[in-house]
Amino acid sequence: MNTRGFTLPALAAGALLAFAGSAFAAKTLVYCSEGSPEGFNPQYFTTGTTFDAVSVPMFNRLVEFELGTTNIVPGLAESWTASPDGLAYTFKLRKGVKFHATDKYKPTREFNADDVLFSYTRMADPGHPMHKTAPGQTYAYFDDMGMKDIVDRVEKVDPMTVRFVLKKPEAPFLANMAMDFASILSAEYADKMKAANTVDAFDREPVGTGPFQFVSYQKDAVIRYKAFDAFWGGRPKIDNLVYAITTDASVRYAKLKAGECHAMAFPKPADVALMKNDKNINLVQKEGLNVGYIAFNVEKKPFDNKLVRQALGMAVNKKAILDAVFQGAGQVAKNPIPPTLWSYNDKIKDHPYDPAKARELLAKAGFASGTEVELWYLPVTRPYNPDGKRMAELIQADWEKVGVKTKLLTFEWGEYRKRSKTGEQHAMMFGWSGDNGDPDNFFVPLLGCAAVKGGGNVARWCHKDFEDLIQKAKTQTKQADRAALYQKAQEIFKEEAPWIPIAHSVRFDPVRKEVTGYKMDATAHHFFHKVDLASPK
Amino acid sequence: MIAFLLKRLALVLPTFVGITLLVFALIRLLPGDPVEALSGERGMTPERYARLLAEFGLDRPLPVQYLDYVWKALHGDLGFSTITHEPVFREFVARFPATIELSVVAMLLALAIGLPAGILAATKRNSVVDYTVMGASLAGYSMPIFWWGLLLILTFSVTLGWTPVSGRIAIQYDIPSVTGFMLVDSLLASDEGAFRSALSHLILPSIALGTIPLAVIARMTRSSMLEVLREDYVRTARAKGASTFRVVAIHALRNALIPVVTTVGLQVGTLLAGAILTETIFSWPGIGKWLVEAIHRRDYPAVQGGILLSATVIVGVNLVVDLLYGVINPRIRHH
Repeated sequence: MNTRGFTLPALAAGALLAFAGSAFAAKTLVYCSEGSPEGFNPQYFTTGTTFDAVSVPMFNRLVEFELGTTNIVPGLAESWTASPDGLAYTFKLRKGVKFHATDKYKPTREFNADDVLFSYTRMADPGHPMHKTAPGQTYAYFDDMGMKDIVDRVEKVDPMTVRFVLKKPEAPFLANMAMDFASILSAEYADKMKAANTVDAFDREPVGTGPFQFVSYQKDAVIRYKAFDAFWGGRPKIDNLVYAITTDASVRYAKLKAGECHAMAFPKPADVALMKNDKNINLVQKEGLNVGYIAFNVEKKPFDNKLVRQALGMAVNKKAILDAVFQGAGQVAKNPIPPTLWSYNDKIKDHPYDPAKARELLAKAGFASGTEVELWYLPVTRPYNPDGKRMAELIQADWEKVGVKTKLLTFEWGEYRKRSKTGEQHAMMFGWSGDNGDPDNFFVPLLGCAAVKGGGNVARWCHKDFEDLIQKAKTQTKQADRAALYQKAQEIFKEEAPWIPIAHSVRFDPVRKEVTGYKMDATAHHFFHKVDLASPK
Repeated sequence: MIAFLLKRLALVLPTFVGITLLVFALIRLLPGDPVEALSGERGMTPERYARLLAEFGLDRPLPVQYLDYVWKALHGDLGFSTITHEPVFREFVARFPATIELSVVAMLLALAIGLPAGILAATKRNSVVDYTVMGASLAGYSMPIFWWGLLLILTFSVTLGWTPVSGRIAIQYDIPSVTGFMLVDSLLASDEGAFRSALSHLILPSIALGTIPLAVIARMTRSSMLEVLREDYVRTARAKGASTFRVVAIHALRNALIPVVTTVGLQVGTLLAGAILTETIFSWPGIGKWLVEAIHRRDYPAVQGGILLSATVIVGVNLVVDLLYGVINPRIRHH
């Protein structure tokens, strides 16, 4: 461990080596995070940065994702049952779960149904006294996931049982309940803060049930947490967790190398090769729950013709793109969902890279050679696409070979999204990172008919049979039944070719060698409650 | 002196009208808006978009929004950040001391090296010393801060291990924020180790930020000194047998400093602009980094409020500089 500038006290042999200096005789893990959280309430915000700093270390949900997968496992609910019609979910709550205590607040009771009711109704009911606490504050993720249209009401069956009654059968409901916005807050803490007229303390000094509890936050600099001794899932092995907010990826890497942090978020793709060869660094990797694609606006000519779409797909050498743009850190995509997601249809054969066949199809479609099409490319790096411009240039060259001239266009990122929602685009590059590991979370927001109006379906492709399948899949409670429907939907998708799926990227989390037990999460969060620090060399 | 002060103050009002209008217009000219910036890849129905826009008061006509902004600003209300939902003023105040601390140290560094270097170059004109100083200052002035900062980190922190990479203080020191100035707070906490740590964290960022002002000051001091050294009264001083040191330090320097003071005043703007890059590289939690983030995310109230407050500081410093001339050279008061 790095102790430069500080003298280690002469500790007795066998004593734990301090992080640096005697004040830190405990195990402290420093994580170089990529940005500041927007706030400390998990219900208001939508960014992964905030979730990493708030809902991940300090809160729990009724159900959670098993670390490393999107399997749903018990969280604050020990078990649950769905009614046969799929309209009611009853959760048996876990006993003996304690909330964090702070200087201002000592919990007098353990977690119970009131906390679930409070956490939910606060978001759902505009008349709730705690619904609105600051100007501009909304429950963005709750709204985004359409929870108002899914849940009719929440009932307290007994102090340790709650029932969610749905408006319609909605299988992805359970996955939604494992998402960050569905974190359980303390009703007692809210009441106390409200009575003391310090509602903003409720949001600034979070109290949860998670493995770490809040210590302090210096804006844009440092967030400190300490292990919560009474955590229901077992106390973390490290004693302190510190987030050193470091916005520049090169500087994060420099800090990791210098030993100023043990783990870092989001390395630059260009640094990954160096990290692989660094003997002090363990480069952990995982397939991303994402997809990068080219969407054809099917409302515009010539993309209204299925043959043209298929032909342009065949003309693209995806393998070359994977090598040049992703530098191998990804895999070729053929379906709209990544292979890590259940219901992925591996039987589907991708349109092969075949320029000759593509020419043939274009001729059949009556496409005049030399006609120009527009391709919009991403102006920013996204998790599913490290370099939009480079990818666009490669596609331009590929299309040129089959007699299609391509005009490349882009806009500032906000403008890019805004325009895409109005349907101005011809062909455009886009992508998606899954929220909750339910296939519904890819199909409906990206390819559903309602998403044409909402703007998430940038292909503006609304296909009756496909829509029927993905809507029907929502109403089934058995995963196998749902998977069969989604697999059928993927066949239609391939035949109709509203997109050229390009790639699913691989994510990397570099951690120092002394960090043990680090496991990457499927939804790109960073969990540290299971890690340990080996004694420094 | 009073009339002079009043004349200067009268210029401040139109300056502020200009600043508020400019910031208000520029941030809205940028593509996108705060609601769009929130939505990411996800679609948003036009109804929800309109509702959120109204939530931020952005559905009103532009003149109404502008007048509302100015009226509230005059009452000390800069609105709420669209990202954190916290008052903009509170956000600014939480970060401003970090920027001031860095800027002051960078400026002190620039002065401590720039002044003597400039004087030395002037007195040893056309010597190796002169060429070295001028060459180095030209190189320093041309250095892109971003590149320079990373180079410093890679050399001194990663390779040599002499300085910390980034941040304001080592992680193990949790110093309660009293003044917001880490050097002061660590002394108040009477923690010597913390003070040393805070100081060591200041080295690289203040070099990165101070390089351009240093170069400007060195060059300005040199040329101003050269001019003064040619004056009759300097020759007189020499003729009456005053030592070179006395001639330079007592007779020449005072007059040579006037353009230097102006330069230093103007460098405050450069410092705040440079802080944007420096803070981003060194993870320095100041207003520069905050404003960049606010611009990226189209946080209109934060950008409007933050720039207004920064501008107030720059205008204030320039006012003080103007008044300082009068102190250094009384003749200026009458012009």
